[in-house]
Amino acid sequence: MLTVVESALRETEPPAIDAAVAAQWLIAFLRDELLERRGIERAVLGLSGGVDSAVTAFLCARALGPANVYAIRMPYKTSHPSSLSDAQSVVDALKIHCVTIEITAAVDGYLGLEPDADARRRGNVMARMRMLVLFDQSAKLGALPIGTGNKTERLLGYFTWHADDTPPVNPIGDLFKSQVWELARHLRVPQSLIEKAPSADLQANQTDEADLGITYARADAILAKLLLGYSDRQMIERGFSASDVALVRGRVDATHWKRHLPTTAMLTNTAINEFYLRPVDF
Amino acid sequence: MNDEPARLRVAILQTKPSKGDYEKNLRQVSEAFAQLGDDAPDLVVLPEAALTGYFLEGAGYNLALSAPKFSRDLADAWRTSVQRPVDLVAGFYENDAGTYYNSAVYLHVEPDEERILHLHRKLFLPTYGVFDEERFLSRGHHLGVFATRFGAMALTICEDAWHAIVPTIAAIKGARVLVVPSASPGRGIEHPGELESIAQWRDVLRQAAIEHGIFVIYAGLTGFEGGKGMTGSSCVVDPRGTVLVQAPPAESCIVRADLDLREIDLARASLPLLGDLHSVLPDLLLDEELPIRRREHDADGR
Repeated sequence: MLTVVESALRETEPPAIDAAVAAQWLIAFLRDELLERRGIERAVLGLSGGVDSAVTAFLCARALGPANVYAIRMPYKTSHPSSLSDAQSVVDALKIHCVTIEITAAVDGYLGLEPDADARRRGNVMARMRMLVLFDQSAKLGALPIGTGNKTERLLGYFTWHADDTPPVNPIGDLFKSQVWELARHLRVPQSLIEKAPSADLQANQTDEADLGITYARADAILAKLLLGYSDRQMIERGFSASDVALVRGRVDATHWKRHLPTTAMLTNTAINEFYLRPVDF
Repeated sequence: MNDEPARLRVAILQTKPSKGDYEKNLRQVSEAFAQLGDDAPDLVVLPEAALTGYFLEGAGYNLALSAPKFSRDLADAWRTSVQRPVDLVAGFYENDAGTYYNSAVYLHVEPDEERILHLHRKLFLPTYGVFDEERFLSRGHHLGVFATRFGAMALTICEDAWHAIVPTIAAIKGARVLVVPSASPGRGIEHPGELESIAQWRDVLRQAAIEHGIFVIYAGLTGFEGGKGMTGSSCVVDPRGTVLVQAPPAESCIVRADLDLREIDLARASLPLLGDLHSVLPDLLLDEELPIRRREHDADGR
């Protein structure tokens, strides 16, 4: 009998990363963007108690030094208590600055006028209030707001437009959630943050994977293929379920607008970003 | 035996330009030239778009210069700092009377004049994904091999070098040293130990060196441009494919190498692929099944 060596189409894992390479590159990115290009030594970020903002805080502390990193905890009255304590574990591990600014009064000040607002509207108001606080703290501290949105939530549209996505610099936006976890392990983010179920924590007992209807591992594996141009049929041939593929593609296709600036009517041949083209760093 | 020097002392200036600030970048290059000082090399190579940054979009039209103007600026930057002759290579956005190119120039600089020995206009303008060159620029149409005091050389810019046929044609036309100014936005974090695009570049450069028995000098731009980090990693590869020196990816630096040009002939004696190609290439290129439009007189057999 001859030995048979073969390759078969099979379901793939989310793309692995060399976390050390990624960390080194992202630290260089933060130094270039803040220190060299903008001449800003300080960073400010919202520290939610989740793994995304924790990884971002670790990268910022490495890039700028912990004394130049300002974390803001922004709980609402329904936020889970563990969010505060998990955020604190990051602050303790890194020895970065941290303040807690409760957003309950500000959020309820508006929502008191809108008692019928459903959970989605309430969550968006909280997210946008956090954005408002972050940018005001940025002005107060002379620190650049740093974004903490990952590639998976950006692709699935699982974020509040002009809230989570507003900071001018984001080191982890091209990393899938599973890759953020890998990076977190490499950076030695506290284990409890890596192991807990990801949650936007906008409602009681909320989890991302329940909201999305799919695990991050499965979503990331499908997204990785989808972005490379694989058809639904090709993904199903590799063992992904038709319903998972449809769910992921449906969310991506329905949310392209969330990954763009507002649509502006073009009237001239000097329209900004249509004819008048300048890179962001020019 | 010929009279060309057997040694070529090379320095690569891995620049990290401030976007669009040509004058400031030129001053920094002049300071780096001064650092080379008394131990000045024979040839200094700068990357693609070395004094402006790579991603310029429409601002490229404002920053593009004529080849003589850019050459004079670069030569003056050298003469301000060092009082010895030198050869310089650098990439820049070129304005040729309203037609724009991604170009690189090879200069010989003397204390009182500079001569352009060769101007290469990028042949392959990447226009996919993150790249948008052909939206703004015209492409070059010629791959020149030119004489220098160190023997025949060729310039290729970035993607030019990725098409195996380009270094092949350069070598078959006599180039013994291939100089590659480049600006490569890094990507690929699955590869162990370094970005995948850095590893791929090294494979491409080594393959060109090994196959043709040539030295390859690669100057990579560095620094982040709107989130896209240029991978630096400037390097020199000898004719057997050994990477003699390689810069780190993310910082401005000077890379130096002392090349023994006699190694070219020795490598070709060990692995005479270029000689083999000389005899076979006509059969390959004259193959009528190739999708090459022949001139009429060729078709007529005249």
